[in-house]
Amino acid sequence: MSEIHVSTKINGDAFEYLCDAEESLLDVLRDRLGLTGTKEGCGTGDCGACSITLDGRLVCSCLVLGAEAEGREIETIEGMADGDDLHVLQKKFLEHAALQCGVCTPGFLIAAKSLLEANPDPSETEVRYWLAGNLCRCTGYDKIVRAVLDAATEMRKA
Amino acid sequence: MRYEAPETVKGAVKLLAGAKGRARVLAGGTDLLVQMHSGMAEPDLVVDIKRIAGLRTIKKEAGGFRIGAAVPSAVMGEHAGVKKAWPGVVEAAGLIGSTQIQGRATIVGNLCNASPAADSVPAMVAAGAKARIVGPKKRRDVPVEKVVSGPGKTALGRGEFVESIFLPKRKARSGDAYLRFIPRTEMDIAAASVGVSLTLDRKGVCTAARVVLGAVGPRVILVTAAAKALIGTSLDKAALEKLAAACSAAARPIDDKRGTIEFRKHVVGVLARRAALIARDRAKGK
Repeated sequence: MSEIHVSTKINGDAFEYLCDAEESLLDVLRDRLGLTGTKEGCGTGDCGACSITLDGRLVCSCLVLGAEAEGREIETIEGMADGDDLHVLQKKFLEHAALQCGVCTPGFLIAAKSLLEANPDPSETEVRYWLAGNLCRCTGYDKIVRAVLDAATEMRKA
Repeated sequence: MRYEAPETVKGAVKLLAGAKGRARVLAGGTDLLVQMHSGMAEPDLVVDIKRIAGLRTIKKEAGGFRIGAAVPSAVMGEHAGVKKAWPGVVEAAGLIGSTQIQGRATIVGNLCNASPAADSVPAMVAAGAKARIVGPKKRRDVPVEKVVSGPGKTALGRGEFVESIFLPKRKARSGDAYLRFIPRTEMDIAAASVGVSLTLDRKGVCTAARVVLGAVGPRVILVTAAAKALIGTSLDKAALEKLAAACSAAARPIDDKRGTIEFRKHVVGVLARRAALIARDRAKGK
């Protein structure tokens, strides 16, 4: 089976890759491009660990084919910090100890960033519903929700 | 497996009709890719319809809305016109999965996946929505309830797919609503659900209604007796009790881990009463 040639943009940079027709974008990111910040949890769209944005829309990369990314714009966790300067959300996750094992964290950060772009002043309920598709088995969610609300406050001041 | 992303409906039909082996349409992919990962689906050809420009948009048409097969739920939820005319359909579509799933999942995919518990389907049937089917033969419009023939099965022929859903023009003083019961508060599949759409006259008397049950039978159930219970009334207590009884009687649920037959028959009546009152308040502009 011949591989499919894909040209796409990831975190603002042009990328080209070859992939199999049935290969998920998650597998392409991790195994072909070495962008291993995006994690695989369930592989069925339930856990949100593989969250990325595709043309600005929050999606699970395990439920996107690598071939679908042709001409699209992708953002992953690797594009979140500006060099050594962490994004406000990343700082707040550290401050609030909103992570333990860290596997869900990139997905939470991408999802939370997408929330704050759509809604800079979310209520706690809105944060919880928006992040309902991101599962964390360590923190019990409270610290994550607090970190996101705190980041929202700080980002509104900026 | 072969992946194709045609840019025209004609191209997609040609690929699907000419496919050797199993062919599947890819819209949001939130069901298909899960089935592929688990080995439940092993297509030889996947036809991605998201590159077809006309299928990615919501268009005004004859006072109603035509929603392309590649429009994700999230985009519907951001469309002020559709939200205002058909809030029940939008909230039903908005219950499918997480924010991430919403960014991809489509109501046409939800319909064609043919799950008895599909959230958007009872709401679409209550709305009197029509599915536009394209294929090797002439385009045809069919009521949404005719698309699904059983769990996991559609009435679509070889080379055919649903191109769009048409939500008709809303009459004055009309409203719709969709409610479901799930054992959790979010991210779950309906154990029972109800879509209601109704129209009132100037005095607040119901002149037309459609009541549709989901997840309590192999397909959604359009309950004529339930609609009759509402028509001619102002949705007083007696009418609502008749409505609930008609829904409970029409339900044909199974026992499974998410609910017993007895519970589902009862709760579908409760949901119908509540959904009818929400639809009435919306019809009154509340």
